[in-house]
Amino acid sequence: MIVQAIFYFFAAVLVLSAALVITVRNPVHAALFLVLAFFSSAAIWLLLEAEFLAIALVLVYVGAVMVLFLFVVMMLDINLAPLREGFARYLPLGIAVALLMAVAMGLVVASGYFDARFPPRAGEAGPAASNTLELGHAMYTDFLYPFEIAGAILLVAIIAAIALTMRKPRTLKTPRPEKQIVARREERVRLVKMEAEKR
Amino acid sequence: MFEFLRIYVFTPLAGALVPPAVEMNVVYTLDILAKIVVILVPLVLSVAYLSLAERKIIGWMQVRRGPNRVTFFGIPWLRGWGQPIADVFKLIFKEIIVPSGADKRLFIIAPILSLAPSIAAWAVIPFDDGMALADINAGLLYILALTSLAVYGIIIAGWASNSKYAFLGAMRSVAQIVAYEIAMGFALVGVLVAAGSLNLGDIVRAQSGSVLHWFWIPLLPLFGVYFISGVAETNRAPFDVAEGESEIVAGFHVEYGGMGFSLFFLAEYANMILISALASILFWGGWLSPLQGIPVLGESSLIWLLAKTSFFLFLFLWFRATFPRYRYDQIMRLGWKVFLPITIVWIGGGGK
Amino acid sequence: MIWAPLAPEIALLSAACLLLIIDTLSRDEKRRLTYWLGLAALILSAVLVLAFSPLEPVVLLHGHYVSDPMSAVLKEAICVITIAVFFYAYDYFEEHGLLQGEFFVLSLFAVLGMMVMVSAHSLLTVYLGLELLSLSLYALVAMHRDSPTASEAAIKYFVLGALASGMLLYGMSMLYGVTGTLELPAVSAVIAQEAGRNLILVFGLVFVIVGIAFKLGAVPFHMWVPDVYEGSPTAVTLFISSAPKIAAFAMAIRLLVDGMAPLVSDWQGMLIILSLLSMAAGNVIAISQTNIKRMLAYSTIAHVGFLLLGILSGTRTGYAGSMFYVLVYALMSIGAFGMVILLGRHRFEADRLDDFQGLSRRSPWFAFIMLILMFSMAGAPPLIGFWAKWFVIKEVIAAGYVWLAVLAVTFSVIGAYYYLRIVKLMYFDEPTHLTALKASQEMRFILSLNGLAVLLLGFMPGLLMAVCVQAMRM
Repeated sequence: MIVQAIFYFFAAVLVLSAALVITVRNPVHAALFLVLAFFSSAAIWLLLEAEFLAIALVLVYVGAVMVLFLFVVMMLDINLAPLREGFARYLPLGIAVALLMAVAMGLVVASGYFDARFPPRAGEAGPAASNTLELGHAMYTDFLYPFEIAGAILLVAIIAAIALTMRKPRTLKTPRPEKQIVARREERVRLVKMEAEKR
Repeated sequence: MFEFLRIYVFTPLAGALVPPAVEMNVVYTLDILAKIVVILVPLVLSVAYLSLAERKIIGWMQVRRGPNRVTFFGIPWLRGWGQPIADVFKLIFKEIIVPSGADKRLFIIAPILSLAPSIAAWAVIPFDDGMALADINAGLLYILALTSLAVYGIIIAGWASNSKYAFLGAMRSVAQIVAYEIAMGFALVGVLVAAGSLNLGDIVRAQSGSVLHWFWIPLLPLFGVYFISGVAETNRAPFDVAEGESEIVAGFHVEYGGMGFSLFFLAEYANMILISALASILFWGGWLSPLQGIPVLGESSLIWLLAKTSFFLFLFLWFRATFPRYRYDQIMRLGWKVFLPITIVWIGGGGK
Repeated sequence: MIWAPLAPEIALLSAACLLLIIDTLSRDEKRRLTYWLGLAALILSAVLVLAFSPLEPVVLLHGHYVSDPMSAVLKEAICVITIAVFFYAYDYFEEHGLLQGEFFVLSLFAVLGMMVMVSAHSLLTVYLGLELLSLSLYALVAMHRDSPTASEAAIKYFVLGALASGMLLYGMSMLYGVTGTLELPAVSAVIAQEAGRNLILVFGLVFVIVGIAFKLGAVPFHMWVPDVYEGSPTAVTLFISSAPKIAAFAMAIRLLVDGMAPLVSDWQGMLIILSLLSMAAGNVIAISQTNIKRMLAYSTIAHVGFLLLGILSGTRTGYAGSMFYVLVYALMSIGAFGMVILLGRHRFEADRLDDFQGLSRRSPWFAFIMLILMFSMAGAPPLIGFWAKWFVIKEVIAAGYVWLAVLAVTFSVIGAYYYLRIVKLMYFDEPTHLTALKASQEMRFILSLNGLAVLLLGFMPGLLMAVCVQAMRM
């Protein structure tokens, strides 16, 4: 019963914060509500005893992705007014798509295939089972190939990010001490012999 | 002690106050609360006296005396020991000022967000064999996740203050913390590879033996990376560009006074203690004694953990007294181009 | 060696990583080494594909990977097409001062992604291969950083591509939810028991088809095609328009035939609509274009319509017809875009139709090559493009859709107009200037080879068709 109460608490927070993400006017607040949403979904995962996934969600999304996201949002100082232009114009289409999605979701959920009465439980093996271990095992055996491809995708993402943003380093005019000390007198000083001018 | 409390205090209390159906739950909750208090109170006291220690030690290093006026209940040879208490009272009774144009709710919430993770992380720290509030399997991961949350307090404080200095401090801090978190994470990966577990207790048990069995020998470079990253993560000198009092006054908390400021202060010092405790647990054998085989001193106990932690805390203070502040781009260079490759090479070469 | 069929992929991945390091260390502004090593990697994997081409399907890696005759043929085609792309692209980038080692590395990763898609045996691998391919392509489109049109094209491609991937994934998640398995034949087996009484399967199918249509660029999911083709550097357009279409075809076959064969009556109808709209919109809108890259984009859309005809016939020979079509299309497409590159000069894209004016005076030989390509695209006998259309239309008639075949032929005739207009421009209009074409020997050689291949294969279509039929046998 307590577990259910905790679930409903976090579920409510999750839904509320998700709704606020798209309704609040301030983009920084929206990003922070997204953080809250991630956090509550991590809590719900914890209830399913999927502790590795829950902590990884917090570590990766909350701790890294959203921090950088906030960083950008705060720096950009986005003006929301132009973004909201044409809201009324696109509203009918938006509502139509949303309804379609809702119907599809409804049909999927109501079909009995995704029966919520028997959620898959990660912790069936007892509290001693470490699902970090289990995940690692699955990843390096059954899902080795997809795992490798995912690695390649991340590598491509890095290459792409660098290729698209890195400019050639500016040639800084810095003194080179090692060159300065080997300079000889003849290179720098020219002795000129001149006749003294007559008064 | 907890057994005693459970049997003679909590159980009768719960039996008297709540219906029997939830009695066990209530007892369990009270039990946890008692443990939290037992961790938290010493922690807060340590923070208070760490601040005194800092001022004293740096004072001695700079050939001055440090705080030496406020006595402790009038005991003459404890001069200076009343200083933290006086500071606490001063900070508590100061007015909380919200700057004009600040985002009020976020401004208030930021110090709380800063403190909460650094305290919550203590839940999984094992103080002795089996002596942890929550002995969870993914303990190391939990620590990493929570330390990565600490940055929110800083970034929100900087943004909500509506001040250029605060914002600059927050931006610097974010970039720095994200950079060093990766190096730190990789250093910890080395530890978990060596120990074969994410459970902090198991990590210490994997080191059992004399000093030569502890992880600092096989993982020496990772220890260096971890500890220096820890200094950077807590925004301590020489990585304190987020505060940078000579450039941006006090950085992200420039607009905070009174309790707001003291919460940031608490968070910073609690984080320092956490990093030091983790350094002792992960690399220096935690509660294990360095004097194996000697009758009393060879016993592993909480005392050893505290001693090791204190030593690392001393290092924090020593760094602050010794090193000049890093330049910002050098901080980034160190994190990305030096530490990250070192950790990757060491994990690659050191995997069993 | 149980891992032997994976050799091409392993070789390509290792080569791409190695190339990345070599390119970083190389000080050569011309990127000669990167270029030649990239070519060597492609040739190596092409050889390995041939060396390890299986006669029977081999399933490896816990059911995520399959090597069968179809995958061998398509991989071989992808490698060969990309080799030609490298020749054209090097010339283009050098001429336009855009030479960056990343092009070759990202292209190799894109090829790897395509190979993964072609050899996919589970929903997960299809998706991951697609992402690897798409991510590389997004970056390639954006490579010309200082060009606003390229950035716009990249953003459009990225946003719409991400949306399509989302749709595909949503559909896949429904399929997985119903069938409880990721392996395509197992999915198919479960569907065979469920078919007809499960609405989610149809929903999943719809989303999967939307994803496939997006990637192929079929109407009404074609919005990105013209903008991306026009905005990207021509060498990248060349790449996008060729090899990835082969991979998209493979994805369609893997998902629809291997994974959802029992739902054939459901997807047939959807493909008919997509195919009809693509042929109609592609051919009609192409007429009004003045930019040759946009025109070829709409021509691609029309070709995709034809390509779908073979798949929707729902028979093995129909799939073989489609396979034939996609291979031929890729060959023609690189030729046509290769011509656009050939005409370009320093910092100048010859992407207006007018740039082809009087080409026969400037270079009779390349005007002739372009003539072959255009006639082939229009579907004039005896060129290979004719046979491609012939095979798919024959299959559609065999499947009983005579009306569809009639419409396809009609649209094909409409489409002939804009191809022939280029021929008219080249042969009957006066040139605006008579500067000689400037291109490397390699480029000239490969382009000539490309045009002649289109011509010569037209005389022996049975050869390629036999390979396709053999590949599609099971």
